[in-house]
Amino acid sequence: MLEIKNLSAGVDGKVILKGINLTIHPGEVHAIMGPNGSGKSTLAQVLVGRADYEVTGGEVIYNGRDLLDMDPEERAREGVFLAFQYPVEIPGVNSTYFLKAALNEVRKHKGLPELDAIDFLSLVKERMKILELDQSLLNRSVNEGFSGGEKKRNEIFQMAVLEPRLAILDETDSGLDIDALKIVASGVNKLKRPDNAQLVITHYQRLLNYIVPDYVHVLFDGRIIKSGDKSLALELEEKGYDWILQDEAHSVLAVNS
Amino acid sequence: MIQTAKTSEFEKADPILSAFDQLEKRLSQKGPAWVHLVRRAAISHFAELGFPTTKDEEWKYTNVAPIAELAFRPTGPYAPGSLMPGSIEEFTFAGLRGQRLVFINGHYAPDLSSVVPPVDGLQAGSLATALHGGVTGLEKHLARYARYNENAFVALNTAFFQDGACIVIPAQQVLEEPIHLLFIATAQDAGATACPRNLIIAQEESQAKIIESYVSLADATHVTNAVTELVLEAGAKVEHCKIQNESCNAWHIATIEAHLGRNCQLLSHSVSIGARLARNNINVTLDAERIEATLNGLYLGKGGQLVDHHTAICHAQPHCQSHEHYHGVLDGHAQGVFNGKIFVRPEAQKTDAKQTNRNLLLSQEAAINTKPQLEIFADDVKCTHGATVGQLDEEALFYLRARGIGLDAARQMLIWAFASDILDRISMEPVRKHLDQLLLRWFARKVKKAS
Repeated sequence: MLEIKNLSAGVDGKVILKGINLTIHPGEVHAIMGPNGSGKSTLAQVLVGRADYEVTGGEVIYNGRDLLDMDPEERAREGVFLAFQYPVEIPGVNSTYFLKAALNEVRKHKGLPELDAIDFLSLVKERMKILELDQSLLNRSVNEGFSGGEKKRNEIFQMAVLEPRLAILDETDSGLDIDALKIVASGVNKLKRPDNAQLVITHYQRLLNYIVPDYVHVLFDGRIIKSGDKSLALELEEKGYDWILQDEAHSVLAVNS
Repeated sequence: MIQTAKTSEFEKADPILSAFDQLEKRLSQKGPAWVHLVRRAAISHFAELGFPTTKDEEWKYTNVAPIAELAFRPTGPYAPGSLMPGSIEEFTFAGLRGQRLVFINGHYAPDLSSVVPPVDGLQAGSLATALHGGVTGLEKHLARYARYNENAFVALNTAFFQDGACIVIPAQQVLEEPIHLLFIATAQDAGATACPRNLIIAQEESQAKIIESYVSLADATHVTNAVTELVLEAGAKVEHCKIQNESCNAWHIATIEAHLGRNCQLLSHSVSIGARLARNNINVTLDAERIEATLNGLYLGKGGQLVDHHTAICHAQPHCQSHEHYHGVLDGHAQGVFNGKIFVRPEAQKTDAKQTNRNLLLSQEAAINTKPQLEIFADDVKCTHGATVGQLDEEALFYLRARGIGLDAARQMLIWAFASDILDRISMEPVRKHLDQLLLRWFARKVKKAS
């Protein structure tokens, strides 16, 4: 589904990603962990096409197509979804109107008929229950005046409506209390299907207790320095990132000697 | 230098003065004598003032020299039957059930107007008819507020007006349905100048909603020079909505002069979309206690349009509130001007005045000159103002695109939200719906690149 090959990218002349390799197949859940500044969010932003980041090398193939060649809206219509770390408040743009427009763009792209207001509302109501969101949020402007937790839940709610093939969750756990975290995680789990994939970016292992990954990758200084299964996350939690760095240093020494 | 400028102004004014003589001859047998006196006073003020130039502080960014250079042609009367009702349908608002008074080139068109069964005592019709038919009490108000001794365009209108709307809402009367005044320009000649004149009097404790909309059926370089005097007597509540969507070749100058009595509420909206140059003067005098005046405005500019709002709110008495919200969206190399004056006289203690002007510039070439101008002579007042100029929020645009919404649609969504912040303040649903349509058309309107 997604093949990232030797991807490097930066912003304002500063190199942040220094050759990322990662392959994701349908049905898989991958977690990317790493300390602050390791490039986790940059990777997410590059994958969804934020223009501020310049791709300096490598390629990303998504379902056989060059992902980096697509506009952000085309990526979204093709099923790439980012749950933003900091969802943007858009005063004056009604949540329902926005989400209906987004869903119908995706449906149009798939060759499906647009949903009318009634069908859309019944879909929305059903999906809102998954996230235990209050329906009144739909009458408000996008994210405007939402609490931190509501914003994060709203991202996953949008994911539930848009049903992406590749969902990227960028630090969705940050700012959530444990109850909200459970709701969000259970929402994400309910959306898991054999034909879609999830890429979960997080600083802490906590989220991975609830969204159980098939693979865990450790990102450090713009590179994936270690990959493993879910036990890697637990080991990291226990020993900290330093442990991996030392481990890495040993292996580098071993290679060099 | 100054001498030369003056002389050339007079030369330009000459054809206007002779046009005035002709008009006076034609009208000499008609209408009350006091109107003729006012006209004569106005034309002599115009002769003195001449057209303003950009050296005039009030017209610094708005060059009306092209209007002065046009051959001045006051528009002739409307011949009933010359327009089919179907041809004006797009300018009427679906769902509006009140009176509709239609004016073609400034002249009342009875055959196109729809006068629903009259409300008791309500006067709503042609000003010319009201003056000739001897409706009493007009002398006390007509031309008593709009200052023809200061503003050349008001002077020109006062000298040349032939018709317009005359509305008197009787005391205690609450009009359920809005009154729609529709001004259509059909003139084909460059310089054809309509001077509609409206007098709206809301007597004590009355309530009304009035829409003034200005449109063109022809693409000629026509001129609209409109003046509306709005009088709210004690306790009256009026919502007034002016919508200007004339042809992009038109020159549009309009003055609204509102005089507010004790305890009254004025809600004013000014929406400016069309015309090559549109200048709106909105002057509000709060000359009694406990008045609430709200001035909302939305201006859209594209291509080479210039859109100018000069508002002046004069707090002359204590315990009054004024709120002003103006938003502008400028694209292409359009230019906007916003000048918001707030005067607080020494007696006007406990004044609460707020003003905001926000502008969205959609292109590098678009420009806005925004200037709040507060002159406060009382010490126990709350006055705030703020002006912003910015571009579309890139973060919001990206967020929308990241959900599959295309760039153009995302931009429209954000502009729509910015415009709706003003338009949502209009209480008349049919007007709101009509404006939504105009907004959609504005998005779709292509303009030629400047050569």
